[in-house]
Amino acid sequence: MTASTETGRSTAGPLHVTGELLAGRRIGGHHHLTVVAPGIPERFRPGTFVAISTGSERLARRAFWIHRVKPVGGFGATLELVVETRGPGTEWLVAQPPGTRLAITGPLGRAFSLPKEPVACLLVGEGYAAAALFPLAERLRERTCPVTLLVAAPDEAHLLSTLEARRTARAVTVVTHDGSVGTRGTVGDVVAEALERSRAEVVYAAGPVATLHTVAVAAEAVGAWSQVALEQPLTCATGLCHGCVVPVTGEGGHERLVRACADGPVFRGDRVVWDALDQTVTP
Amino acid sequence: MSLDLANPVLVAAGCGGTGRDLAAYTDLASLGGFVTRSVTLAPRPGGSPPRIVETPSGLAHAIDLQNPGVDQFLALEVPWLLQAGTRVFVSIVGRSLGEYAELARRLGRTPGLAGIEVNLSPPDAGSSGVFDVREPFHAASVVAAVRRDLPRGLPVLAKLRADPLRVAETARAVLDAGADAVVVGNALPAAMPDGRPAGLSGPAIRPLALRCLTQVLEAVPDATAIACGGIATAAHARVVMDLGAVAVQVGASLLHDPTTAGRLASELAAAADPGEDQP
Repeated sequence: MTASTETGRSTAGPLHVTGELLAGRRIGGHHHLTVVAPGIPERFRPGTFVAISTGSERLARRAFWIHRVKPVGGFGATLELVVETRGPGTEWLVAQPPGTRLAITGPLGRAFSLPKEPVACLLVGEGYAAAALFPLAERLRERTCPVTLLVAAPDEAHLLSTLEARRTARAVTVVTHDGSVGTRGTVGDVVAEALERSRAEVVYAAGPVATLHTVAVAAEAVGAWSQVALEQPLTCATGLCHGCVVPVTGEGGHERLVRACADGPVFRGDRVVWDALDQTVTP
Repeated sequence: MSLDLANPVLVAAGCGGTGRDLAAYTDLASLGGFVTRSVTLAPRPGGSPPRIVETPSGLAHAIDLQNPGVDQFLALEVPWLLQAGTRVFVSIVGRSLGEYAELARRLGRTPGLAGIEVNLSPPDAGSSGVFDVREPFHAASVVAAVRRDLPRGLPVLAKLRADPLRVAETARAVLDAGADAVVVGNALPAAMPDGRPAGLSGPAIRPLALRCLTQVLEAVPDATAIACGGIATAAHARVVMDLGAVAVQVGASLLHDPTTAGRLASELAAAADPGEDQP
């Protein structure tokens, strides 16, 4: 993805820019932020993400999926991010007034691979991470891939709106753990049926590790390819620190550690060593 | 022996990834040099997650020297760095004096390197078998073992433990043993929230790193010293250089802002340029 010149300076790939918080509003259990980040929207591909600094005393960056790229008058393309507050960094961010200048780096990581043929695709997203799948659904529709969307959340407040997605997706299934909207249950309860009904040959997933594991196993059971957007606690988000390692199985069948931020966040579901990851990841 | 740096800003060990990642933000050739992550003779898988936690103005890290081993490293990572046009200093860690010597032999046969940095105190390695450099004479033994097996013209940088009580004595010992420069300020020994050994880096350690630097320069005024530890701005760099450091290493700041090293290099160059008056 990153083209490098002989001098070692890349000509594409991520940018580190001073952006601006344009607007923020709370929708249900999430905050939706619109940010100006010059040059980043133009380079964005579904599956990549941005990292934002949350004050100079907090050294680690906070990473966010890109929900939408949309033009805003006078600002060109802007990014819409979905933020779930987790701690002091995200709480700082959602408390900032419009106009706050932000150090933003992106787009980071490897994007989802798109099928070359117009094959049926199932997109499975849980919680705020489902944000990563909405721009993907649009790209797939441009390629005339029939898209089925399965969106899950603990409750209605943490469910991303599927209103717009209903234009791009052939079918939309909604699952909440408490049954407040859609089917009551988990992704694991409905993914096999969704695979069967959609006849998907490619499955894309974004959400908690356990959900991604479930989807990867279900996809493999029916012979579908799966690509998962894996979220790990990040420090630099740029590949520098080797803090966010994920065990994967390489071409030769041997296990190795790669970085979730720079070598991911999108991985083939059948390549991730899930058991090692499930054990080691702390919330 | 001169370090022959084009400018006084280097990337600190372990904070520049493989170099390729950093090159997205900064032309590596515009920096004074790039110190690689520490490499060992055999591959090391590194520590288990979580590997890094945020602390007040700092980071506690337990990467535990993850690296592919010196042979893979020389085959896969160093050629790209050399081609990027930066001065490459390879950081090394051994489990014994014999391993340090072996690492020096292999690196000494590698054309194009600007020098070797001997990591004398990885604080997150804990009990994982790294040669214990608790006493100054241990540090001197390591430097002597490395020096003996390196070509004469290849500089050796000794990265010292950030212990204000012993750092001056250690600096003198490693310089006597053949080090060309001392890097003053390493991550401090710390612990992860679950108690595993860790290193502490970032602005939180800058005052202590500064104390270590002043101790060294007071005791060994002619030492070639490179300051490291919490340096994030050109003003920080000027402070240590005014005290006598010849260069700075930028580490944890790069994890917060990957453009830090490049920005420092250009800001310091602009300030040094007599053609450009600073208001």
